[in-house]
Amino acid sequence: MLLTITTTHQPATDLGYLLHKNPAKLHSFELSFGKAHVFYPEASSNRCTVALLLDVDPVGLVRGKRGQHEGGTLDQYVNDRPYVLSSFLSVAMGRAFGTAMSGRSKGRQELADQAIPLTAKLTVIGCRPGEALIHELFEPLGYTVTTERHPLDEKFPEWGEGPYYSVILSGMVRLQDLLNHLYVLVPVLDAEKHYWIGKDEVEKLLRKGEGWLALHPHKEAIVKRYLPRQRQLAREALARLTEEDNPDPDATEQAHTEEETRMEEPMRLWEQRMGAVVAVLRSTGAKRVLDLGCGEGKLLRSLLEERSLTEIVGMDVSYRSLEIASQRLKLDRMPTKQKERLKLMHGSLMYRDKRLAGYDAATVVEVIEHLDAPRLAAFERVLFEAARPKTIVVTTPNREYNVKFETLPAGQFRHKDHRFEWTREQFQQWASQISGRFGYSVRFLPIGEEDPQLGAPTQMGVFSS
Amino acid sequence: MNITIPDLSLVVLIGPSGCGKSSFARAHFKSTEVLSSDFCRGLVSDDENSQEATNDAFDVLHYIARKRLTAGRLSVVDATNVQPEARKPLVALAREFHTLPVAIVLNLPEKLCQERNQNRPDRQFGPHVVRNQSQQLRRSIRGLEREGFRHVFVLSSPEEVSSVSITRQPLWNNLKHEHGPFDIIGDVHGCYEELTALLSQLGYQIEDGLTVTPPDGRRAIFVGDLVDRGPRIPEVLRLVMKMVEDGTAFCVPGNHDMKLMRKLKGRDVQLTHGLADSVEQFDKETPEFKQTVIKFLDDLVSHYVFDDGKLVVAHAGMKEEMQGRGSGKVRDFALYGETTGETDEYGLPVRYNWAAEYRGKAMVVYGHTPVAEPEWLNRTINIDTGCVFGGKLTSLRYPERELTAVSALRTYYQSAKPFLAPEEKAPALTTQQQLDDLLDIEDVVGKRIIQTRLQRSITIREENAITALEVMSRFAVNPKWLIYLPPTMSPCETSKRHGLLEHPEEAFAYYLHEGVHKVVCQQKHMGSRAVVVVCRDVDAARKRFGIIEGDVGVCYTRTGRRFFNDAPLEFEFLEKVRKAVEAAGIWDELKTDWVCLDCELMPWSAKAQELLRQQYAPTGAAARVSLPAAITALKAAAENPEVALLAEQYQQRNEAANLYVEAYQRYCWTVHSLADLKLAPFHLLASEGAVHTANDHLWHMETLGRICHADPDLLLATPFQVVDLTDKAEQERGIKWWEELTASGGEGMVVKPLEFVAKSRKGLVQPAVKVRGQEYLRIIYGPEYTLPENLLRLKSRGLGAKRSLALREFALGLEALERFVHEEPLRRVHECVFGVLALESEPVDPRL
Repeated sequence: MLLTITTTHQPATDLGYLLHKNPAKLHSFELSFGKAHVFYPEASSNRCTVALLLDVDPVGLVRGKRGQHEGGTLDQYVNDRPYVLSSFLSVAMGRAFGTAMSGRSKGRQELADQAIPLTAKLTVIGCRPGEALIHELFEPLGYTVTTERHPLDEKFPEWGEGPYYSVILSGMVRLQDLLNHLYVLVPVLDAEKHYWIGKDEVEKLLRKGEGWLALHPHKEAIVKRYLPRQRQLAREALARLTEEDNPDPDATEQAHTEEETRMEEPMRLWEQRMGAVVAVLRSTGAKRVLDLGCGEGKLLRSLLEERSLTEIVGMDVSYRSLEIASQRLKLDRMPTKQKERLKLMHGSLMYRDKRLAGYDAATVVEVIEHLDAPRLAAFERVLFEAARPKTIVVTTPNREYNVKFETLPAGQFRHKDHRFEWTREQFQQWASQISGRFGYSVRFLPIGEEDPQLGAPTQMGVFSS
Repeated sequence: MNITIPDLSLVVLIGPSGCGKSSFARAHFKSTEVLSSDFCRGLVSDDENSQEATNDAFDVLHYIARKRLTAGRLSVVDATNVQPEARKPLVALAREFHTLPVAIVLNLPEKLCQERNQNRPDRQFGPHVVRNQSQQLRRSIRGLEREGFRHVFVLSSPEEVSSVSITRQPLWNNLKHEHGPFDIIGDVHGCYEELTALLSQLGYQIEDGLTVTPPDGRRAIFVGDLVDRGPRIPEVLRLVMKMVEDGTAFCVPGNHDMKLMRKLKGRDVQLTHGLADSVEQFDKETPEFKQTVIKFLDDLVSHYVFDDGKLVVAHAGMKEEMQGRGSGKVRDFALYGETTGETDEYGLPVRYNWAAEYRGKAMVVYGHTPVAEPEWLNRTINIDTGCVFGGKLTSLRYPERELTAVSALRTYYQSAKPFLAPEEKAPALTTQQQLDDLLDIEDVVGKRIIQTRLQRSITIREENAITALEVMSRFAVNPKWLIYLPPTMSPCETSKRHGLLEHPEEAFAYYLHEGVHKVVCQQKHMGSRAVVVVCRDVDAARKRFGIIEGDVGVCYTRTGRRFFNDAPLEFEFLEKVRKAVEAAGIWDELKTDWVCLDCELMPWSAKAQELLRQQYAPTGAAARVSLPAAITALKAAAENPEVALLAEQYQQRNEAANLYVEAYQRYCWTVHSLADLKLAPFHLLASEGAVHTANDHLWHMETLGRICHADPDLLLATPFQVVDLTDKAEQERGIKWWEELTASGGEGMVVKPLEFVAKSRKGLVQPAVKVRGQEYLRIIYGPEYTLPENLLRLKSRGLGAKRSLALREFALGLEALERFVHEEPLRRVHECVFGVLALESEPVDPRL
């Protein structure tokens, strides 16, 4: 909520000229989210400090403007927004320091163009990814960065450290640059962006990032975190950045390769899993297929490419996932013939559903581990007794393999929502019991690179009736 | 001329254009009963005479007819229907819905029809059209009965047409006006001694072995199969025939009865399945007796619908869509049920289990297939307990639903298939429980309207059901445990007092104005809502809840999630609750082996840990760093009086932030073990046979108090006060109590009418309203809500949506319990609980 900028460039009070704010006065601004105040806690010729104090009004933000029907920008009165520096700071800076940010100064243009010793103190920044990000963002821009982390609650140390830091940045830098860096990077640190919504945010980012953002080693992370809720916009922004940066297509290519390398490990497993599922479906000659727990439609995309499949139904319990799947698969723009093959359906594996009856095959890929173990009984009857497709493909992680994931702490599951993960023996025991009970036969296939002791990362059971 | 038609029939008018069908229909039927092809032509083409629209028009007509027949409504088809191919689909339609097709033919002179058409400007087709139609009609008349029309009436002159009156006759099976009470008796099969013993046990007086006098106002209903296999078949028949004749009993036919009748009529019937016994015993009877029996059996009606449609009795059961209908198929179903076409290991046909899929509202009582014990299944019950095979003769008292049985004196006939399951083979779960393992999505999704005892009907919107489906599927406990979800609770109206958002006087005023004179004020605990179901032992959990995983109970949150992620901790917790209930003597006192408690579980931090870490503590942490920094900076510039003023304001904000942190910290403590948890039960919602809504809150407090007393380490008795709202001094005392509670940091109190369910003339009264303390509300409205400019805005808040929601959820929650207590199928309980969850996803200000 408080930003102070101090300079020791003499005469220090020239800071007032650079900012176009008289050090003797209190300057207050009405903003959509509350107020902002500019004042000078110290103003001597040796040292001058300007303070920008944000007065965020949480009641106003929750309630929204008078006459506005849907709620306001915030959904909780109990909120850290009034006490942290966030995108609201950028808005306030735009109002209070607009001219300075554009690099213009009425009386001191020379000074404005000059790097001077500046120290910015931010109280406080919320940065959930940790303080490394603060260093990563500001150090490449030439600042010395000091951070102080604040505890969440002294009384309950077991709740862990909070995400809050007081940050001091110092360096020889033009005031204009410091302001623009803060304008772009404070919301990036905070990342809980309540304010940015429109398409012109891209323009703003580009404008304020002009001359430095394209060269920043973490520019992709910056863009992504700047617009975290606007994937579509983020992609557009990224494309335009590369263009402005360097119209060399190699750079774009490189960015993609980097991204891919980072995700390679799990990606390949996903591909292998889908490959194996498709292979099994081909081997059975299935034409009408259910993908149960289709999520955002990764497998559906592969299934659509299988021309031999005449009907593909994706079902998920998450409505949101289905919406995303629909967008990803561009369902509304699909040609009629294609569209007829694919249907998305909201449903649950906990309830018998006659819409699921009569299919050649069902795939249940990385789904069962998301069900509570005692509820598996319902799932078994819904699928194996009521829906009864001829072939059922079930994949689930092989718990034994987890020790091979270096980043995974011992004993932890691969995904936070996993209710259980099975060893090969557990899975095979379950599968054999199920197939016996419901009149299926089952065979097992490892997916992914197989370790002689631990088995493959994913295990697959293929049930046939 | 008088025409009598069944009150549920498909009436097909037949006659050429111009014969006056529409006028006839108008004269004798309601306009909504008449489906006219011309009108349908108009609907699809804007032209009632368009021949091009014929196919579409008949599609529409058939569609409407189907809907009407499904709903059991007489329908009249007003079209020429002169060609057999036009009539064929109508006969099929009537059959499909087990209704009788009736033909009324208007066979008027062609000349008359021609004249009438000429006088109508919209009928400009040539004379050949009517000529053809008349010819087709005349060719048709003789074959109508063969086509499947059960009643054919031919009117041959205008005079005859105008003289007609139509009488609608209820079907023979319609005994809806008979309201009981009844004693429904299973398959007798000639077991005369057991029958008389059973009747005596039920209070029927039997004189000279024949004349039966029922106890006050009761009557018997026999589910059929009186004959074959048993030792005294003619005597059973004599007794039952006499009772039916005297009006003290009803009887529906069984398959054995019908086969015997065919034999008596001299048909060639195989003497199997015990028919030989009947034949042998009939040899000693007179021909007159045989004739009486034939007549009696011949007159039996396939099944009966009693008591405004609430009770159906048929020998082999009756599907919902066939109840109260008449067709050969209905009769076959009543006598034999349906088979799947397969045979079992004993060579007997495998029966299609219609009862497992039964969704009807009427109770269906039947027999036919011997079972060891009668079992309720989706409101149906089979009471054939195989007396003749050495089992017992069972009766069901209606509406009491009590079973009475008399054991067979001996085994009279060997069953092909052992129907008495050996003890060790007895399944752990009842058929109903096994069926309940699998809930159907159709019972929860889409727009649903749920009838409850407290509020007529509650609508669940489709989009809310979508959300609930996700939560229920991904997070909820086994639905078998989920017999209740708690309703949301509204706060009192906003206080008019300066500096306060809520105050008891508004709560008191609300109840007083609703006509409630006494309320109970209960201390509101700040923890997390928890519903605890606990059984006497694992066996009780299996029997009553169908839980076979060995759990003795469950503790779940307001959205149906398991409260504890730590299974051993949950086990230990439930064990302690169970022991406390036992120590308080509740099992015997309430004659139950399970209870369902509505509780608050503390500390708040036990469940809300994530919320605290993600939202509450961070807000405090950020405030406590930022505000002092701002104050320091402002003070440094405080020479400027405007800045000094700002510094002053920030001081106040800082104090508020400190109070906020203290407020939430009060409700947090670290849970290392069970010893750190507190459970405060405040409703003893239900136990075997009863939802305790008839008991007032004092009973709940007192009974729960005794349970809490048994284990004060874990259980916390809720402090409470009773306030007589008509006494101002008592109100003052209540207010004072609230002030004390909140001054020492308490969340506040909940005010409830003393009666568990209170009604005013407008309907249900809020079952509870909360009055929260000033400090506690910082957790809800933010650290600085008490600052005047904030409080002023916060005071404008609307309670309407919240209160309506609270009532609907209250009604649904109790309905779920009622249905569970009445041993209804799980889907009926689940429907209500699911409804509460769906309603909870409605957009209502969460801070209220």
